[in-house]
Amino acid sequence: MNNEIVIKTDKLTKKFGDFIAANEITFEVFKGEIFGFLGANGAGKTTAMKMLIGISKPSSGNATIAGFNVYKETEKIKKSIGYMSQKFSLYEDLTINENIQLFGGIYGLSDSEIEKRRSELIAKLNLQNEADKLVGSLPLGWKQKLAFSIAIFHTPKIVFLDEPTGGVDPITRRQFWDMIYEASHHGITVFVTTHYMDEAEYCDRVSIMVDGVIKALYSPAELKKQFNANSMDEVFLVLARDAKRGE
Amino acid sequence: MKQLITFIKKEFHHILRDTRSMLVLIGLPIVQLLIFGFAITTEVRNANIAILDNSKDETTQGIITKIESSQYFDIDRSITSNEQIEKAFKSGKIKLAIVFQPNFQNELSHSNKAQLQIIADATDPNQATTLTNYLSSIVRDYQNEINRQNKLPYTINTEMRMLYNPQLKGAYTSVPGVMGMILLLISAMMTSIAIVREKELGTMEILLVSPMQPWLVVISKVIPYFIISLINVATILILSVFVLGLPIEGSLFLLIASTIIYIFCALSLGILISTITETQQAAMLISLLGLMLPVVMLSGYAFPIANMPTLLQILSNLVPAKWYIIIVKNVMIKGIGIDQIWKELLILLAMTGTFLLISVKRFKIRL
Repeated sequence: MNNEIVIKTDKLTKKFGDFIAANEITFEVFKGEIFGFLGANGAGKTTAMKMLIGISKPSSGNATIAGFNVYKETEKIKKSIGYMSQKFSLYEDLTINENIQLFGGIYGLSDSEIEKRRSELIAKLNLQNEADKLVGSLPLGWKQKLAFSIAIFHTPKIVFLDEPTGGVDPITRRQFWDMIYEASHHGITVFVTTHYMDEAEYCDRVSIMVDGVIKALYSPAELKKQFNANSMDEVFLVLARDAKRGE
Repeated sequence: MKQLITFIKKEFHHILRDTRSMLVLIGLPIVQLLIFGFAITTEVRNANIAILDNSKDETTQGIITKIESSQYFDIDRSITSNEQIEKAFKSGKIKLAIVFQPNFQNELSHSNKAQLQIIADATDPNQATTLTNYLSSIVRDYQNEINRQNKLPYTINTEMRMLYNPQLKGAYTSVPGVMGMILLLISAMMTSIAIVREKELGTMEILLVSPMQPWLVVISKVIPYFIISLINVATILILSVFVLGLPIEGSLFLLIASTIIYIFCALSLGILISTITETQQAAMLISLLGLMLPVVMLSGYAFPIANMPTLLQILSNLVPAKWYIIIVKNVMIKGIGIDQIWKELLILLAMTGTFLLISVKRFKIRL
């Protein structure tokens, strides 16, 4: 990990009427870091993330993503990031190859580049026999791994993962995290929201959001020490106990 | 440009892999056209009627022969009394009855007047009107024949000519109507569903996060349906000329150009619907209820607009199909040029612009 800052927010706030979904969020994320973004349902994680990826305009505050301003340079931001949403995000009625070609094309890669990366990816995921099958026919775990691979297909600077491992079995989750580590080794910053506290342990640093505010931001080890807890689960429970929002 | 082509290719994959939608897209227009062109028609043939001849003379026989020789009526000879006529009407056996007064010929030759009663089953008013009109003109014909022999000094002959549609074929109204309906349905409903599907599946979010411009997403959704609509226009026109025997009197170029404008209007309506709905079902319901009903009811295709209450007449101006049907009728059947339909074309263009403007506004709000 180095000290180059790729995400920097300064009192980033989003209001919906009187409701403050994200309240003066300030943090920094470094290049190649795996940054866990934790919080209960309704804590404001998704809202904060939407501001960072440029599909929601902040009410106030400031942020730069990959060196670009969230107000003025959203188009440049979009080219530098990858995104995987909590809803499954590939086209089920297209084949694996077609999905890869589509997203490669959307991100403006040349045909030869798409072809080169496509064959590498298919070989890496061991999908040679399935490459021309519809994505809808694949098991969920494979789909998730494929969706992640496609989200980083254009080698973005940062990849945003919104609860990427929901509904996936523990083995696949472990494999999924191996892929995240690999991406991080290649210098891609990983910004991930999750509900699973064991996954929080895998992150370099985690922030915990409660009621629209970031309550804590340290490495998992420091957090456990500070809250005198054995696991991230306990840390989270202590912090989220006083939450007023949530379902 | 490459983004656009990649994306259009994807849209065609979606459409071509969904065989059911494909069948609807291509098959529906053909089925509709044939049903409306052949089966649903206001023409009446071989209607069962009864004749109660209380006079049984030369004149009444003459009229009956004339009625018989027309292809419109089948005379039911078993009915010989007033009571039987009433029964036959109630059981639906006959659509119309003719009653000659006693001494028909005598009255006619002595007082120059005779009574003939036509009773029609008006549960279906359109059919009743058509039948009585047919019958009156047969009797009038016969009257003219005898008058010629008697050389009465003053007679006024009314001669009717049905312009543009001499055989009063139903297809002349149904083809423009079906075109107005099908194009609106396919362009508006299918595009709105295609766009909303991305929202529902969550892929729209991915596209919005990608460098792909939102308007490019919309355009690449619209282009496949535009092409399919053009294919449908071609099949409808070929079928109506070669199967239904309709003429294309005016310029084919003008007809197709105005159709393209209408398709644009329908596509922009589809985009508008997609900006106000979140699920495919909602988009479909709005398209069906919000578009189909007004098109059928208020476009002047099924019911004449001039007969509607004023409020509905005003509302009918908001239905794009109304203007398009006027254009098609004028160009295709009457052979009128652009100098007569520019107003309708301008209205369609204005509607298209309005729909697009509202869509752009709404799209921005959502982001």
